[in-house]
Amino acid sequence: MRYLPKSPADREEMLAAIHETKPEIATIEDLFSTIPAEYQLQRDLAVPRQHSESEIIDRFREFAENNATGYASFLGAGAYRHYKPVIIDSLVLRGEFLTSYTPYQPEISQGTLQAMFEFQTMICELTGMEIANASMYDGSTGAAEAMMMAVRVTGRDKAVIARTVHPEYREVIATYAQHQEIPIAEVGYVANGRVDMAALDAAITSETACVMIQSPNFFGTIEDVAAIAEMAHAKGALLIVAIAEAVSLGVVRPPAEADIVSMEAQSFGVALSYGGPYCGVIACKEKFLRQMPGRIVGETKDMDGKRGYVLTLSTREQHIRREKATSNICTNQALVAMMVTIFLTVYGKQGLRELAEHNLAKSDYLKGALSTDAKVLFEGAPRFHEFVLETPSGAAETNEALLAQKIIGGLPLAKWYPELGPNTSLWCATEMTTRKQMDAAAAALQAVVPADELTRA
Amino acid sequence: MAYPANYKYTKEHEWISVEGTTGTVGITDYAQSSLGDIVFVELPKVGDVLEAGKTFGSVESVKAVSDLYAPVSGTVTAINEELKDAPERVNADANATWMLKLELKDATELDKLLSAADYEKFVSEETGH
Repeated sequence: MRYLPKSPADREEMLAAIHETKPEIATIEDLFSTIPAEYQLQRDLAVPRQHSESEIIDRFREFAENNATGYASFLGAGAYRHYKPVIIDSLVLRGEFLTSYTPYQPEISQGTLQAMFEFQTMICELTGMEIANASMYDGSTGAAEAMMMAVRVTGRDKAVIARTVHPEYREVIATYAQHQEIPIAEVGYVANGRVDMAALDAAITSETACVMIQSPNFFGTIEDVAAIAEMAHAKGALLIVAIAEAVSLGVVRPPAEADIVSMEAQSFGVALSYGGPYCGVIACKEKFLRQMPGRIVGETKDMDGKRGYVLTLSTREQHIRREKATSNICTNQALVAMMVTIFLTVYGKQGLRELAEHNLAKSDYLKGALSTDAKVLFEGAPRFHEFVLETPSGAAETNEALLAQKIIGGLPLAKWYPELGPNTSLWCATEMTTRKQMDAAAAALQAVVPADELTRA
Repeated sequence: MAYPANYKYTKEHEWISVEGTTGTVGITDYAQSSLGDIVFVELPKVGDVLEAGKTFGSVESVKAVSDLYAPVSGTVTAINEELKDAPERVNADANATWMLKLELKDATELDKLLSAADYEKFVSEETGH
Protein backbone atom coordinates (compact mmCIF):
# COMPACT_ATOMS: atom_id res chain seq x y z
CA MET A 1 0.00 0.00 0.00
CA ARG A 2 1.43 3.42 -0.96
CA TYR A 3 0.78 6.37 1.29
CA LEU A 4 0.75 9.04 -1.42
CA PRO A 5 -2.03 11.62 -1.60
CA LYS A 6 -4.10 11.88 -4.72
CA SER A 7 -3.03 14.39 -7.35
CA PRO A 8 -5.35 16.98 -8.95
CA ALA A 9 -5.35 14.75 -12.04
CA ASP A 10 -6.50 11.77 -9.92
CA ARG A 11 -9.30 13.93 -8.56
CA GLU A 12 -10.47 15.00 -12.01
CA GLU A 13 -10.47 11.40 -13.16
CA MET A 14 -12.47 10.25 -10.14
CA LEU A 15 -14.95 13.10 -10.54
CA ALA A 16 -15.37 12.30 -14.21
CA ALA A 17 -16.11 8.67 -13.37
CA ILE A 18 -18.73 9.73 -10.83
CA HIS A 19 -20.19 12.23 -13.28
CA GLU A 20 -20.74 9.47 -15.82
CA THR A 21 -23.19 7.62 -13.57
CA LYS A 22 -24.45 10.65 -11.65
CA PRO A 23 -24.72 13.60 -14.09
CA GLU A 24 -25.79 15.98 -11.30
CA ILE A 25 -22.31 15.72 -9.78
CA ALA A 26 -19.78 17.73 -11.74
CA THR A 27 -17.64 19.44 -9.15
CA ILE A 28 -16.16 18.76 -5.70
CA GLU A 29 -18.79 21.13 -4.26
CA ASP A 30 -21.54 18.98 -5.78
CA LEU A 31 -19.96 15.89 -4.28
CA PHE A 32 -20.01 17.39 -0.79
CA SER A 33 -23.38 19.13 -1.13
CA THR A 34 -25.01 16.78 1.40
CA ILE A 35 -22.69 18.10 4.12
CA PRO A 36 -24.32 21.18 5.72
CA ALA A 37 -22.48 24.36 4.73
CA GLU A 38 -21.54 25.23 8.32
CA TYR A 39 -19.56 21.99 8.62
CA GLN A 40 -17.64 22.50 5.41
CA LEU A 41 -14.11 23.83 5.81
CA GLN A 42 -13.83 26.77 3.43
CA ARG A 43 -10.09 27.29 3.71
CA ASP A 44 -6.96 25.24 3.20
CA LEU A 45 -5.64 23.23 6.13
CA ALA A 46 -3.04 25.11 8.14
CA VAL A 47 -0.15 22.80 7.31
CA PRO A 48 3.26 23.78 5.95
CA ARG A 49 3.75 23.69 2.18
CA GLN A 50 5.29 20.58 0.71
CA HIS A 51 9.06 20.30 0.92
CA SER A 52 11.57 18.81 -1.46
CA GLU A 53 13.59 15.81 -0.39
CA SER A 54 16.73 17.90 0.12
CA GLU A 55 14.81 20.44 2.23
CA ILE A 56 13.46 17.64 4.40
CA ILE A 57 16.92 16.20 4.90
CA ASP A 58 18.22 19.65 5.90
CA ARG A 59 15.35 20.08 8.33
CA PHE A 60 16.04 16.76 10.02
CA ARG A 61 19.77 17.54 10.21
CA GLU A 62 18.79 20.71 12.07
CA PHE A 63 16.65 18.67 14.46
CA ALA A 64 19.54 16.26 14.98
CA GLU A 65 21.82 19.14 15.92
CA ASN A 66 19.60 19.74 18.94
CA ASN A 67 20.68 16.38 20.31
CA ALA A 68 23.02 16.69 23.26
CA THR A 69 26.10 14.57 22.75
CA GLY A 70 28.84 13.70 25.15
CA TYR A 71 26.64 13.85 28.26
CA ALA A 72 26.59 11.23 30.98
CA SER A 73 22.97 10.52 31.95
CA PHE A 74 21.78 9.04 35.23
CA LEU A 75 18.11 9.21 34.33
CA GLY A 76 15.90 6.14 34.42
CA ALA A 77 12.36 6.41 35.80
CA GLY A 78 10.64 4.37 33.13
CA ALA A 79 12.92 5.20 30.19
CA TYR A 80 16.12 3.18 30.24
CA ARG A 81 19.37 3.37 28.33
CA HIS A 82 20.43 -0.09 27.32
CA TYR A 83 22.62 -1.34 24.53
CA LYS A 84 20.78 -2.06 21.31
CA PRO A 85 22.48 -4.77 19.24
CA VAL A 86 22.98 -3.63 15.63
CA ILE A 87 21.21 -6.71 14.30
CA ILE A 88 17.90 -5.22 15.51
CA ASP A 89 17.95 -2.37 13.00
CA SER A 90 19.31 -4.51 10.19
CA LEU A 91 16.32 -6.82 10.60
CA VAL A 92 13.45 -4.47 11.46
CA LEU A 93 14.39 -2.07 8.67
CA ARG A 94 13.76 -4.79 6.09
CA GLY A 95 10.79 -3.75 3.96
CA GLU A 96 8.91 -6.98 4.72
CA PHE A 97 8.66 -5.89 8.35
CA LEU A 98 9.01 -2.12 8.22
CA THR A 99 6.20 -1.40 5.77
CA SER A 100 3.91 -4.37 6.29
CA TYR A 101 0.34 -3.62 7.23
CA THR A 102 -1.75 -5.28 9.95
CA PRO A 103 -1.58 -9.02 9.28
CA TYR A 104 -5.32 -9.58 8.79
CA GLN A 105 -4.54 -11.91 5.92
CA PRO A 106 -2.54 -14.79 7.37
CA GLU A 107 -1.80 -16.22 3.95
CA ILE A 108 0.50 -13.28 3.19
CA SER A 109 1.67 -12.43 6.72
CA GLN A 110 3.29 -15.54 8.18
CA GLY A 111 6.61 -13.81 8.92
CA THR A 112 5.09 -10.99 10.97
CA LEU A 113 2.63 -13.34 12.67
CA GLN A 114 5.33 -15.81 13.63
CA ALA A 115 7.45 -13.02 15.11
CA MET A 116 4.46 -11.79 17.14
CA PHE A 117 3.75 -15.33 18.34
CA GLU A 118 7.37 -15.69 19.45
CA PHE A 119 7.12 -12.32 21.22
CA GLN A 120 4.07 -13.54 23.16
CA THR A 121 5.83 -16.79 24.05
CA MET A 122 8.91 -14.99 25.35
CA ILE A 123 6.81 -12.54 27.37
CA CYS A 124 5.00 -15.47 29.01
CA GLU A 125 8.28 -17.16 29.92
CA LEU A 126 9.67 -13.92 31.34
CA THR A 127 6.64 -12.86 33.36
CA GLY A 128 5.51 -16.28 34.58
CA MET A 129 2.08 -15.75 33.02
CA GLU A 130 0.17 -18.21 30.81
CA ILE A 131 -0.85 -15.92 27.96
CA ALA A 132 0.32 -12.60 26.54
CA ASN A 133 -0.99 -10.30 23.86
CA ALA A 134 0.96 -9.05 20.85
CA SER A 135 1.72 -5.71 22.64
CA MET A 136 0.00 -2.52 23.77
CA TYR A 137 0.98 1.11 23.09
CA ASP A 138 3.16 1.47 26.18
CA GLY A 139 3.50 0.63 29.86
CA SER A 140 1.13 3.35 31.04
CA THR A 141 -1.80 2.59 28.76
CA GLY A 142 -1.15 -1.12 29.29
CA ALA A 143 -1.52 -0.60 33.05
CA ALA A 144 -4.78 1.30 32.54
CA GLU A 145 -6.08 -1.47 30.27
CA ALA A 146 -5.09 -4.06 32.89
CA MET A 147 -7.16 -2.17 35.46
CA MET A 148 -10.22 -2.08 33.17
CA MET A 149 -9.72 -5.76 32.45
CA ALA A 150 -9.80 -6.51 36.20
CA VAL A 151 -13.05 -4.56 36.45
CA ARG A 152 -14.59 -6.74 33.71
CA VAL A 153 -13.29 -9.97 35.21
CA THR A 154 -14.41 -9.32 38.79
CA GLY A 155 -17.58 -7.32 38.15
CA ARG A 156 -16.27 -4.88 40.78
CA ASP A 157 -15.49 -1.27 40.02
CA LYS A 158 -12.81 0.08 42.34
CA ALA A 159 -9.02 0.02 42.11
CA VAL A 160 -6.29 0.26 44.74
CA ILE A 161 -2.99 1.53 43.38
CA ALA A 162 0.37 1.91 45.14
CA ARG A 163 1.84 5.42 45.02
CA THR A 164 5.12 3.76 44.05
CA VAL A 165 3.64 2.89 40.64
CA HIS A 166 5.25 5.26 38.11
CA PRO A 167 3.56 8.67 38.67
CA GLU A 168 3.02 9.18 34.94
CA TYR A 169 1.44 5.74 34.63
CA ARG A 170 -0.88 6.78 37.46
CA GLU A 171 -1.78 9.97 35.59
CA VAL A 172 -2.72 7.95 32.50
CA ILE A 173 -4.65 5.47 34.66
CA ALA A 174 -6.54 8.38 36.29
CA THR A 175 -7.51 9.68 32.84
CA TYR A 176 -8.98 6.31 31.87
CA ALA A 177 -10.57 5.74 35.30
CA GLN A 178 -12.34 9.08 35.33
CA HIS A 179 -14.36 8.24 32.24
CA GLN A 180 -14.85 4.57 33.14
CA GLU A 181 -16.04 5.70 36.57
CA ILE A 182 -13.53 3.59 38.46
CA PRO A 183 -12.72 5.18 41.84
CA ILE A 184 -9.03 4.82 42.73
CA ALA A 185 -7.57 4.62 46.22
CA GLU A 186 -3.83 5.25 46.48
CA VAL A 187 -1.65 3.56 49.07
CA GLY A 188 1.68 4.95 50.29
CA TYR A 189 5.04 3.41 51.10
CA VAL A 190 7.07 2.67 54.21
CA ALA A 191 10.66 3.41 55.26
CA ASN A 192 12.21 0.67 53.11
CA GLY A 193 10.48 1.95 49.97
CA ARG A 194 7.99 -0.92 49.74
CA VAL A 195 4.23 -0.50 49.71
CA ASP A 196 2.62 0.09 53.11
CA MET A 197 1.08 -3.35 53.74
CA ALA A 198 -1.15 -2.27 56.62
CA ALA A 199 -2.57 0.62 54.60
CA LEU A 200 -2.95 -1.66 51.60
CA ASP A 201 -4.89 -4.22 53.61
CA ALA A 202 -7.16 -1.47 54.92
CA ALA A 203 -7.75 -0.08 51.43
CA ILE A 204 -8.87 -3.35 49.84
CA THR A 205 -12.61 -3.92 50.22
CA SER A 206 -15.20 -6.29 48.79
CA GLU A 207 -15.64 -3.74 45.98
CA THR A 208 -11.96 -3.72 44.97
CA ALA A 209 -11.46 -5.11 41.47
CA CYS A 210 -7.69 -4.90 41.56
CA VAL A 211 -4.61 -3.99 43.49
CA MET A 212 -1.86 -2.55 41.33
CA ILE A 213 1.77 -2.39 42.34
CA GLN A 214 4.95 -1.87 40.37
CA SER A 215 8.02 -4.05 40.94
CA PRO A 216 10.75 -2.91 40.88
CA ASN A 217 8.75 0.12 41.95
CA PHE A 218 9.33 3.75 41.02
CA PHE A 219 12.02 4.04 43.71
CA GLY A 220 13.77 0.94 42.33
CA THR A 221 12.64 -1.26 45.24
CA ILE A 222 11.47 -4.81 44.60
CA GLU A 223 8.10 -5.53 46.19
CA ASP A 224 7.06 -8.71 48.03
CA VAL A 225 4.71 -9.80 45.23
CA ALA A 226 3.67 -13.09 46.87
CA ALA A 227 2.57 -11.42 50.12
CA ILE A 228 0.65 -8.71 48.28
CA ALA A 229 -1.01 -11.32 46.03
CA GLU A 230 -2.18 -13.23 49.09
CA MET A 231 -3.61 -10.04 50.60
CA ALA A 232 -5.48 -9.10 47.39
CA HIS A 233 -6.76 -12.61 46.74
CA ALA A 234 -8.04 -13.00 50.30
CA LYS A 235 -10.57 -10.27 49.49
CA GLY A 236 -11.35 -11.47 45.99
CA ALA A 237 -9.37 -8.75 44.22
CA LEU A 238 -6.95 -9.38 41.34
CA LEU A 239 -3.29 -8.40 41.59
CA ILE A 240 -1.81 -6.42 38.72
CA VAL A 241 1.95 -6.09 38.70
CA ALA A 242 3.33 -3.31 36.52
CA ILE A 243 6.93 -3.59 35.37
CA ALA A 244 8.62 -0.48 33.98
CA GLU A 245 12.13 -1.95 33.74
CA ALA A 246 11.91 -5.22 31.83
CA VAL A 247 15.63 -5.97 32.22
CA SER A 248 14.99 -6.52 35.95
CA LEU A 249 13.41 -9.87 35.00
CA GLY A 250 16.93 -11.15 34.34
CA VAL A 251 17.44 -11.39 38.12
CA VAL A 252 14.10 -10.67 39.79
CA ARG A 253 11.76 -13.67 40.20
CA PRO A 254 8.84 -13.40 37.73
CA PRO A 255 5.63 -12.12 39.41
CA ALA A 256 3.91 -15.46 38.88
CA GLU A 257 1.50 -14.84 41.79
CA ALA A 258 -0.02 -11.90 39.90
CA ASP A 259 -3.22 -12.27 37.89
CA ILE A 260 -2.21 -9.71 35.28
CA VAL A 261 1.24 -8.37 34.44
CA SER A 262 1.50 -5.09 32.58
CA MET A 263 4.98 -4.40 31.32
CA GLU A 264 6.88 -1.74 29.44
CA ALA A 265 9.35 -3.57 27.18
CA GLN A 266 11.30 -0.52 25.95
CA SER A 267 14.45 -1.74 27.70
CA PHE A 268 14.61 -4.68 25.31
CA GLY A 269 16.23 -3.11 22.28
CA VAL A 270 14.06 -0.02 21.82
CA ALA A 271 16.19 3.11 21.65
CA LEU A 272 15.22 6.16 23.68
CA SER A 273 14.08 8.89 21.37
CA TYR A 274 11.91 11.94 21.49
CA GLY A 275 8.99 10.41 23.45
CA GLY A 276 8.74 6.99 21.86
CA PRO A 277 7.89 4.56 20.49
CA TYR A 278 7.48 2.31 23.50
CA CYS A 279 6.08 -1.19 23.74
CA GLY A 280 3.51 -2.18 26.34
CA VAL A 281 2.59 -5.75 27.12
CA ILE A 282 -0.28 -7.42 28.95
CA ALA A 283 0.22 -10.98 30.14
CA CYS A 284 -2.18 -12.88 32.38
CA LYS A 285 -3.67 -16.16 33.49
CA GLU A 286 -5.34 -18.10 30.68
CA LYS A 287 -8.75 -17.97 32.36
CA PHE A 288 -8.89 -14.22 31.63
CA LEU A 289 -8.24 -14.74 27.91
CA ARG A 290 -11.57 -13.34 26.74
CA GLN A 291 -11.21 -10.18 28.80
CA MET A 292 -7.69 -9.44 27.61
CA PRO A 293 -7.57 -6.38 25.36
CA GLY A 294 -5.55 -6.09 22.19
CA ARG A 295 -4.36 -8.39 19.55
CA ILE A 296 -3.43 -12.04 20.02
CA VAL A 297 -1.65 -14.32 17.59
CA GLY A 298 -2.42 -18.03 17.79
CA GLU A 299 -0.70 -21.07 16.37
CA THR A 300 -2.79 -23.37 14.21
CA LYS A 301 -2.58 -25.89 11.38
CA ASP A 302 -3.45 -25.23 7.76
CA MET A 303 -5.45 -27.57 5.47
CA ASP A 304 -2.37 -29.71 4.87
CA GLY A 305 -1.60 -29.99 8.58
CA LYS A 306 1.32 -27.56 8.41
CA ARG A 307 1.99 -25.14 11.27
CA GLY A 308 0.72 -21.61 10.72
CA TYR A 309 -0.15 -18.45 12.64
CA VAL A 310 -3.27 -16.25 12.68
CA LEU A 311 -4.71 -13.30 14.56
CA THR A 312 -7.20 -14.90 16.88
CA LEU A 313 -10.08 -13.89 19.17
CA SER A 314 -10.38 -10.64 17.23
CA THR A 315 -14.17 -10.95 17.42
CA ARG A 316 -13.97 -8.85 20.59
CA GLU A 317 -11.93 -6.11 18.97
CA GLN A 318 -13.30 -2.69 18.16
CA HIS A 319 -13.36 -3.06 14.38
CA ILE A 320 -15.87 -5.91 14.82
CA ARG A 321 -17.65 -5.22 18.11
CA ARG A 322 -17.65 -1.42 17.96
CA GLU A 323 -18.66 0.14 21.28
CA LYS A 324 -18.94 -3.27 22.97
CA ALA A 325 -15.30 -4.17 22.36
CA THR A 326 -13.15 -5.12 25.36
CA SER A 327 -10.98 -2.09 24.65
CA ASN A 328 -10.60 0.78 22.21
CA ILE A 329 -7.18 -0.49 21.21
CA CYS A 330 -7.39 -2.14 17.79
CA THR A 331 -3.77 -2.38 16.97
CA ASN A 332 -0.42 -3.12 18.49
CA GLN A 333 3.22 -2.09 18.30
CA ALA A 334 4.18 -4.88 15.90
CA LEU A 335 7.46 -3.40 14.70
CA VAL A 336 8.55 -2.37 18.20
CA ALA A 337 7.56 -5.79 19.53
CA MET A 338 9.77 -7.20 16.79
CA MET A 339 12.72 -5.22 18.18
CA VAL A 340 11.97 -6.75 21.59
CA THR A 341 11.79 -10.25 20.11
CA ILE A 342 15.13 -9.84 18.35
CA PHE A 343 16.73 -8.39 21.48
CA LEU A 344 15.58 -11.34 23.59
CA THR A 345 16.71 -13.80 20.92
CA VAL A 346 20.16 -12.22 20.81
CA TYR A 347 20.60 -12.12 24.60
CA GLY A 348 18.90 -15.39 25.51
CA LYS A 349 18.19 -16.52 29.05
CA GLN A 350 21.80 -16.51 30.24
CA GLY A 351 22.60 -13.25 28.47
CA LEU A 352 19.64 -11.49 30.05
CA ARG A 353 20.72 -12.68 33.47
CA GLU A 354 24.25 -11.41 32.90
CA LEU A 355 22.89 -8.11 31.61
CA ALA A 356 20.74 -7.67 34.72
CA GLU A 357 23.66 -8.55 37.00
CA HIS A 358 25.80 -6.04 35.13
CA ASN A 359 23.15 -3.38 35.81
CA LEU A 360 23.04 -4.29 39.49
CA ALA A 361 26.81 -4.07 39.80
CA LYS A 362 26.88 -0.67 38.10
CA SER A 363 24.18 0.80 40.29
CA ASP A 364 25.90 -0.61 43.37
CA TYR A 365 29.08 1.19 42.40
CA LEU A 366 27.17 4.40 41.72
CA LYS A 367 25.43 4.20 45.08
CA GLY A 368 28.79 3.81 46.82
CA ALA A 369 30.39 6.63 44.85
CA LEU A 370 27.56 9.09 45.52
CA SER A 371 26.90 8.26 49.15
CA THR A 372 30.02 10.04 50.38
CA ASP A 373 28.28 13.34 49.79
CA ALA A 374 24.63 12.34 49.67
CA LYS A 375 22.30 9.92 51.40
CA VAL A 376 20.64 6.92 49.76
CA LEU A 377 17.04 6.67 50.99
CA PHE A 378 14.81 3.59 51.39
CA GLU A 379 17.46 1.12 52.56
CA GLY A 380 16.46 -2.30 53.83
CA ALA A 381 14.67 -3.90 50.89
CA PRO A 382 16.08 -5.48 47.71
CA ARG A 383 16.50 -3.13 44.81
CA PHE A 384 17.28 -3.24 41.13
CA HIS A 385 19.34 -0.52 39.42
CA GLU A 386 17.66 2.67 40.67
CA PHE A 387 17.73 4.44 44.01
CA VAL A 388 16.55 7.65 45.64
CA LEU A 389 19.31 10.03 46.63
CA GLU A 390 19.03 12.92 49.06
CA THR A 391 21.61 15.55 48.16
CA PRO A 392 22.83 18.36 50.46
CA SER A 393 21.38 20.96 48.07
CA GLY A 394 18.11 21.06 46.16
CA ALA A 395 17.82 18.53 43.34
CA ALA A 396 17.25 21.21 40.70
CA GLU A 397 20.21 23.26 41.86
CA THR A 398 22.42 20.18 42.07
CA ASN A 399 21.45 19.09 38.58
CA GLU A 400 22.24 22.54 37.21
CA ALA A 401 25.76 22.35 38.61
CA LEU A 402 26.20 18.83 37.25
CA LEU A 403 24.89 19.85 33.84
CA ALA A 404 27.69 22.39 33.53
CA GLN A 405 30.01 19.39 33.62
CA LYS A 406 28.01 17.50 31.04
CA ILE A 407 26.37 15.28 33.63
CA ILE A 408 22.61 14.75 33.67
CA GLY A 409 21.76 13.99 37.30
CA GLY A 410 18.88 12.04 38.78
CA LEU A 411 15.21 12.88 38.29
CA PRO A 412 13.98 15.38 40.95
CA LEU A 413 11.13 13.75 42.85
CA ALA A 414 9.42 16.63 44.69
CA LYS A 415 6.96 17.18 41.83
CA TRP A 416 5.31 13.82 42.55
CA TYR A 417 6.45 13.14 46.11
CA PRO A 418 6.52 16.54 47.89
CA GLU A 419 6.85 14.73 51.23
CA LEU A 420 10.36 13.64 50.21
CA GLY A 421 11.45 17.27 50.05
CA PRO A 422 13.24 19.28 47.34
CA ASN A 423 16.60 17.53 47.77
CA THR A 424 15.62 14.09 46.50
CA SER A 425 16.18 12.63 43.08
CA LEU A 426 15.97 9.21 41.42
CA TRP A 427 19.25 7.88 40.01
CA CYS A 428 19.85 5.02 37.64
CA ALA A 429 22.90 3.19 36.31
CA THR A 430 22.77 0.64 33.50
CA GLU A 431 25.39 -1.36 31.63
CA MET A 432 25.86 1.76 29.49
CA THR A 433 27.05 3.81 32.45
CA THR A 434 30.84 3.83 32.71
CA ARG A 435 32.91 3.92 35.88
CA LYS A 436 34.51 7.14 34.59
CA GLN A 437 31.07 8.76 34.33
CA MET A 438 30.12 7.63 37.82
CA ASP A 439 33.39 8.90 39.32
CA ALA A 440 32.88 12.21 37.52
CA ALA A 441 29.33 12.46 38.90
CA ALA A 442 30.59 11.79 42.43
CA ALA A 443 33.29 14.45 42.08
CA ALA A 444 30.83 16.96 40.65
CA LEU A 445 28.39 16.26 43.47
CA GLN A 446 31.12 16.91 46.00
CA ALA A 447 31.73 20.31 44.44
CA VAL A 448 28.09 21.31 44.93
CA VAL A 449 28.31 22.70 48.44
CA PRO A 450 25.08 24.10 49.81
CA ALA A 451 25.08 27.80 50.64
CA ASP A 452 24.04 27.29 54.26
CA GLU A 453 26.97 24.92 54.87
CA LEU A 454 29.32 27.64 53.63
CA THR A 455 27.80 30.11 56.09
CA ARG A 456 28.09 27.58 58.89
CA ALA A 457 31.77 27.04 58.12
CA MET B 1 -40.65 -27.54 13.22
CA ALA B 2 -37.58 -25.60 14.23
CA TYR B 3 -39.33 -23.59 16.92
CA PRO B 4 -41.19 -25.50 19.69
CA ALA B 5 -44.71 -24.19 20.18
CA ASN B 6 -44.48 -24.30 23.98
CA TYR B 7 -41.56 -21.79 24.01
CA LYS B 8 -41.78 -17.98 23.86
CA TYR B 9 -39.36 -15.97 21.72
CA THR B 10 -37.64 -12.57 21.58
CA LYS B 11 -36.75 -10.48 18.54
CA GLU B 12 -33.14 -10.85 19.72
CA HIS B 13 -33.47 -14.59 19.05
CA GLU B 14 -33.66 -16.05 22.55
CA TRP B 15 -36.24 -18.62 23.61
CA ILE B 16 -37.73 -19.14 27.05
CA SER B 17 -39.69 -22.09 28.35
CA VAL B 18 -41.62 -21.67 31.57
CA GLU B 19 -42.54 -24.17 34.25
CA GLY B 20 -44.30 -22.68 37.26
CA THR B 21 -42.26 -19.55 38.06
CA THR B 22 -39.01 -20.89 36.59
CA GLY B 23 -37.95 -19.84 33.11
CA THR B 24 -35.32 -21.69 31.05
CA VAL B 25 -33.50 -19.63 28.43
CA GLY B 26 -31.55 -20.50 25.30
CA ILE B 27 -30.97 -19.13 21.80
CA THR B 28 -32.96 -20.13 18.75
CA ASP B 29 -31.95 -22.41 15.94
CA TYR B 30 -31.95 -19.42 13.61
CA ALA B 31 -29.52 -17.61 15.95
CA GLN B 32 -27.08 -20.51 16.13
CA SER B 33 -27.10 -21.03 12.38
CA SER B 34 -26.52 -17.31 11.72
CA LEU B 35 -23.65 -17.18 14.21
CA GLY B 36 -21.84 -20.22 12.88
CA ASP B 37 -19.51 -22.35 15.00
CA ILE B 38 -19.94 -21.24 18.59
CA VAL B 39 -16.69 -21.27 20.56
CA PHE B 40 -17.61 -19.59 23.84
CA VAL B 41 -20.69 -18.74 25.86
CA GLU B 42 -20.34 -16.08 28.54
CA LEU B 43 -23.04 -16.36 31.19
CA PRO B 44 -23.93 -14.49 34.39
CA LYS B 45 -23.50 -15.92 37.89
CA VAL B 46 -26.20 -17.67 39.90
CA GLY B 47 -27.93 -15.00 41.96
CA ASP B 48 -27.48 -12.24 39.37
CA VAL B 49 -30.62 -10.22 38.72
CA LEU B 50 -31.60 -9.85 35.06
CA GLU B 51 -33.81 -7.17 33.62
CA ALA B 52 -36.01 -7.85 30.60
CA GLY B 53 -34.41 -6.62 27.38
CA LYS B 54 -31.01 -6.02 29.01
CA THR B 55 -27.90 -7.98 28.07
CA PHE B 56 -26.88 -10.82 30.37
CA GLY B 57 -23.98 -12.42 28.52
CA SER B 58 -22.60 -13.13 25.08
CA VAL B 59 -22.15 -15.86 22.54
CA GLU B 60 -18.90 -15.95 20.64
CA SER B 61 -18.62 -17.69 17.31
CA VAL B 62 -15.70 -17.77 14.92
CA LYS B 63 -17.36 -14.85 13.14
CA ALA B 64 -18.65 -12.55 15.86
CA VAL B 65 -19.52 -11.95 19.46
CA SER B 66 -23.22 -11.33 20.04
CA ASP B 67 -24.94 -10.17 23.18
CA LEU B 68 -27.59 -12.23 24.89
CA TYR B 69 -30.72 -10.40 26.05
CA ALA B 70 -32.96 -11.41 28.94
CA PRO B 71 -36.46 -12.29 27.61
CA VAL B 72 -37.95 -11.45 31.02
CA SER B 73 -36.77 -10.10 34.38
CA GLY B 74 -35.72 -12.43 37.17
CA THR B 75 -33.00 -13.92 39.33
CA VAL B 76 -30.59 -16.49 37.89
CA THR B 77 -30.99 -19.83 39.66
CA ALA B 78 -28.77 -22.03 37.48
CA ILE B 79 -26.43 -21.80 34.51
CA ASN B 80 -25.59 -24.61 32.12
CA GLU B 81 -22.03 -25.51 33.22
CA GLU B 82 -21.66 -27.96 30.32
CA LEU B 83 -21.38 -25.04 27.90
CA LYS B 84 -18.03 -24.05 29.44
CA ASP B 85 -16.33 -27.01 27.83
CA ALA B 86 -18.81 -27.81 25.08
CA PRO B 87 -20.26 -24.57 23.64
CA GLU B 88 -20.76 -26.39 20.32
CA ARG B 89 -23.81 -28.08 21.87
CA VAL B 90 -25.69 -24.89 21.04
CA ASN B 91 -25.01 -25.52 17.36
CA ALA B 92 -25.92 -29.19 17.63
CA ASP B 93 -29.34 -28.61 19.21
CA ALA B 94 -30.26 -25.02 20.04
CA ASN B 95 -33.77 -25.89 21.23
CA ALA B 96 -32.60 -28.46 23.76
CA THR B 97 -29.48 -26.61 24.92
CA TRP B 98 -30.43 -24.26 27.71
CA MET B 99 -28.12 -21.50 28.94
CA LEU B 100 -29.66 -20.42 32.21
CA LYS B 101 -32.67 -20.83 34.46
CA LEU B 102 -34.23 -17.92 36.26
CA GLU B 103 -36.94 -17.25 38.81
CA LEU B 104 -39.43 -14.98 37.05
CA LYS B 105 -40.07 -11.62 38.62
CA ASP B 106 -43.25 -10.83 36.75
CA ALA B 107 -45.00 -13.53 34.70
CA THR B 108 -47.00 -10.93 32.77
CA GLU B 109 -43.78 -9.97 30.95
CA LEU B 110 -44.19 -13.26 29.06
CA ASP B 111 -47.20 -11.80 27.27
CA LYS B 112 -44.94 -9.35 25.47
CA LEU B 113 -42.90 -12.15 23.88
CA LEU B 114 -43.49 -13.79 20.51
CA SER B 115 -45.20 -17.12 19.96
CA ALA B 116 -43.43 -19.75 17.82
CA ALA B 117 -45.57 -18.81 14.82
CA ASP B 118 -44.94 -15.08 15.29
CA TYR B 119 -41.22 -15.67 15.71
CA GLU B 120 -41.05 -17.78 12.58
CA LYS B 121 -42.83 -15.03 10.69
CA PHE B 122 -40.44 -12.43 12.18
CA VAL B 123 -37.42 -14.45 11.09
CA SER B 124 -38.72 -14.96 7.58
CA GLU B 125 -39.38 -11.21 7.27
CA GLU B 126 -35.91 -10.46 8.65
CA THR B 127 -34.20 -12.80 6.24
CA GLY B 128 -36.48 -11.99 3.35
CA HIS B 129 -37.66 -15.52 2.59
